[in-house]
Amino acid sequence: MNPEIGHYALVLSLAVALLMTVIPAWGARTGDAALMRVGSTLALVLAGFVGLSFATLVVAYVQSDFSVLNVVENSHSAKPLLYRITGTWGNHEGSMLLWVLVLAIFAALVALFGANLPARLKANVLAVQGSVATAFLLFILFTSNPFTRVIPPPAEGQDLNPILQDIGLAIHPPLLYLGYVGFSITFAFAVAALIEGRIDAAWARWVRPWALTAWAFLTLGIAMGSYWAYYELGWGGWWFWDPVENASLMPWFAGTALIHSAVVMEKRDALKVWTVLLAILAFSLSLLGTFLVRSGVLTSVHTFATDPTRGVFILAILVFFIGGSLALYALRAPMLRQGGIFAPVSREGALVLNNLLLTAASAAVLVGTLYPLALEAYNGAKITVGPPYFNLTVGALMLPVAFAMPFGPLLAWKRGDLAGAAQRLMAAFGAAIVIAALAAYAQGGGPVLAPFGMGLAAFVVIGAMAEVIERAGFGRVPRATAFARLRGLPRSVFGGALAHAGVGVCLFGIIAETSWNAERIAGVKVGGSFEVGGYELTLDRLEPRNGPNYRDLVGVFTVRQGGVEMGTIESAKRLFTARNMPTTESGIRTMWFSQLYVSLGDELPGGGVGVRAYWKPFVTLIWIGSLIMALGGALSLSDRRLRVGAPKPAKKPKAKADGASPVPAE
Amino acid sequence: MLLWIAFSLMTGAAILAVLWPLRTGAAMPAASTAEADLAVYRDQLAEIERDRASGLIAPAEGEAARTEVARRILRASAESGREGASFGDDRRRRIVAVVGLLGVPLLAGGLYLSLGSPLYPPQPLAQRLEGQPNPSDIAILIRKVETHLEANPNDGRGYEVVAPIYARIGRLDDAARAWSNAIRLLGPNAQRETGLGEALTAQAGGVVTVEAKAAFQAALAADPNDPKAQYFLGLAAEQDGQTAEAAQRWSALVAASPPDAPWLGLLREALARIGAPIPDAASGPGAADVAAAQSLTPEQRDAMVRGMVERLEARLAQEGGDIEGWLRLMRAWTVLGQQDKAKTAAGQARTHFASDSGALGRIDALARELGLGS
Repeated sequence: MNPEIGHYALVLSLAVALLMTVIPAWGARTGDAALMRVGSTLALVLAGFVGLSFATLVVAYVQSDFSVLNVVENSHSAKPLLYRITGTWGNHEGSMLLWVLVLAIFAALVALFGANLPARLKANVLAVQGSVATAFLLFILFTSNPFTRVIPPPAEGQDLNPILQDIGLAIHPPLLYLGYVGFSITFAFAVAALIEGRIDAAWARWVRPWALTAWAFLTLGIAMGSYWAYYELGWGGWWFWDPVENASLMPWFAGTALIHSAVVMEKRDALKVWTVLLAILAFSLSLLGTFLVRSGVLTSVHTFATDPTRGVFILAILVFFIGGSLALYALRAPMLRQGGIFAPVSREGALVLNNLLLTAASAAVLVGTLYPLALEAYNGAKITVGPPYFNLTVGALMLPVAFAMPFGPLLAWKRGDLAGAAQRLMAAFGAAIVIAALAAYAQGGGPVLAPFGMGLAAFVVIGAMAEVIERAGFGRVPRATAFARLRGLPRSVFGGALAHAGVGVCLFGIIAETSWNAERIAGVKVGGSFEVGGYELTLDRLEPRNGPNYRDLVGVFTVRQGGVEMGTIESAKRLFTARNMPTTESGIRTMWFSQLYVSLGDELPGGGVGVRAYWKPFVTLIWIGSLIMALGGALSLSDRRLRVGAPKPAKKPKAKADGASPVPAE
Repeated sequence: MLLWIAFSLMTGAAILAVLWPLRTGAAMPAASTAEADLAVYRDQLAEIERDRASGLIAPAEGEAARTEVARRILRASAESGREGASFGDDRRRRIVAVVGLLGVPLLAGGLYLSLGSPLYPPQPLAQRLEGQPNPSDIAILIRKVETHLEANPNDGRGYEVVAPIYARIGRLDDAARAWSNAIRLLGPNAQRETGLGEALTAQAGGVVTVEAKAAFQAALAADPNDPKAQYFLGLAAEQDGQTAEAAQRWSALVAASPPDAPWLGLLREALARIGAPIPDAASGPGAADVAAAQSLTPEQRDAMVRGMVERLEARLAQEGGDIEGWLRLMRAWTVLGQQDKAKTAAGQARTHFASDSGALGRIDALARELGLGS
């Protein structure tokens, strides 16, 4: 396919996005239904053109069309087909195009599935989405055009960064972008509501599915990225507090807060101003992340200063959208009508606590990420804010979140009974103490805090089930009735419980891994053995192997425990010939939830090889827990019914206008 | 042509996306804000009823929830009358239609023409590799030879073909390697050796390295007549500080070159750079003479050059009407350091051309230039 088709489709997308910004907004302002409806068709056409453009680029990659500069710089004809495809977004230009594609897809989904939305809100949402698309299409066309051609074309490309030649690149960025960019829709809803100056419980109901979708994808994206770094970098670490990781964690915290506060808003018509702010913040933090990753500011403030075109452009986009939306917020928020009131100890109160802690965590990560950059820009000093800072701040904020988590769902709306909730959690609490005691016994003289952590994790997991059991009424009503009620529970109840349990599982993995992991660095000759975490590893042989565009040096290890052979682990050092760059291909053996991790270092003089080996107990629970969280989000999303707050009346309910309440539709 | 049709169709689709919803006959499903709100609140009420019926919430809680939702419904119903959605007035629709009809093609077309390369066809690698290669696609030609050489690493001719192309596109490492392979497999000749020497020199940023010098010497051994090797050996001498040897090599080369040889300009520049006198190109020494000169020691070569000059002198003594010959003779003697012989030659020339003022002027000018007095 001709790359010029893709180029023209991209240019046409800009024209369409521009119209999509203006026409529906004008329609909403004048109440013109025809103009508002133009927004929907334009959104569909936009997704079509950006999709066509992206597909053209993928074809250029697959066919190794080296007349396209982007393909020359990031592909190689010897690469396997999968990595030729994924190479499309394994670079700056291509990944920005994917970014806009996801943005356009979300707009098209609103156009397709937004039939229940008020026409005016829908038109404004599409207009806001169109404006974001316009800004990023301008950015792509004028600073990062993936369709720049080379005359004459070279016969071979420069290959993709070897670290990216992995199945992880096929999964991680698309998931992450679905999350990042998904928050553009909640942002668009927030701005649209502010433009109209009216917002109510129904708004939260419309926003929640989008927020849940984005959140679930972002959760998966972050977890996938973490696992990828874990097995590809060869250091056995699963989270580095790297600015790029932080860039995805900040919107995750804000988004988590958003899906919780939206529940309050939907049920109680309360926390409206706050929810709108969270919707704006979640996407603003996504934009900030895009800026950090894409402007080159992270490599060094000075690289940024020497070639500032891209950075300044994204910075301008950042300032326009964040500044503009916050200004609109400052202008309109005071005019919004406040909704239901509630006591501090209540479901709402618990969710406010959750929101405060999550936003504080987000702010802590923000400060830790931006402070070194600000300092470098100010006086040139290069400092790093390392894991100790993040572990301390985020850890300190997340522990109360984890502890309070089982209580929240057990509190009633409006005014809750903390003692009652605690009573219902007694079983979970007891189980937690047992687990903590077992952990303390098992570890002997390990870290003192580890058993407490394990107990907390168990408390979260078991406590998450308490709401389901409680709402079904087990122990209070006959078992048959309870089962009937269990079946009748809305899926979002299960979704929430599952997501909370996922947090506990993840926490369990994190605490177990950090407390009890074992590391061994050794120089081993063929036939030599060493021991890590109770396993004996023997290097059987070192052998070279050839791949399509790389050469491997493979170390084959036999694993034994107590003299019993348990199979082999293969770990490799891989040299990519086109760029002459080595990568490590860690050998990982999973035993239940724990992993034995072996990565090869350099060959030693006099034969043998440097080996780093780790025993990582329960490490997979970190990612399994994240998967469970995302699954909970999906389950919640599949709930088509509404969750309506059932507030306990503070006083005896007075007579109300019966005639005004219509008969339920069903 | 197909490309432009595709562009037109795409533009048409974009325009249609603007025009289609503006049709007057279109259905109008647009929900007003209040209606949409009401739908949600009715749903909420239904939910409460279901929960109450199945015993999920206590009757009192359900009642309170109903009250709250009912209040929202009241508020929404009160607002429902206020917002009237119109179906566009004609003026607005006309403006939007015009913007779509003109704005889309103008903006997209204009921007594309300044950014795109519509005349440049796609070049998938497989298509470039298969069949008769496009002779202007040098990258692919090289790639094909490379693929061939990977399969037949002992095909010297392949290396010989690809080596100069490497050099031309600046892949000097590859050029040097290819020439070495060609020499290894096909044996040395002047062209291969100078090619190797040249690639090595270019790689070293213009410095004739020891390896390059060895290559040029090997080239001269194969063909003492090779002007490139002569030139580069002169350059090597200059870079070693042996200006005299450089001058001698280059002068001899100029003298031995036909007057239209393309390298004369370069040689004259080089000679001027080291401050040596610049001889005229010879029709003089026969190729055989130059060939002979290459295999001689400097002394022998001097003797040979002297012999050539003496032959020229003898010829001019018999047929003195060749002004170019006289001028060349004056230069040659000067280069060989025989100032008096040069002066004698100038005197003889003047007698021959006593009646030709133009020729006299040239002789005088050259004499002055060569420092022969007048």
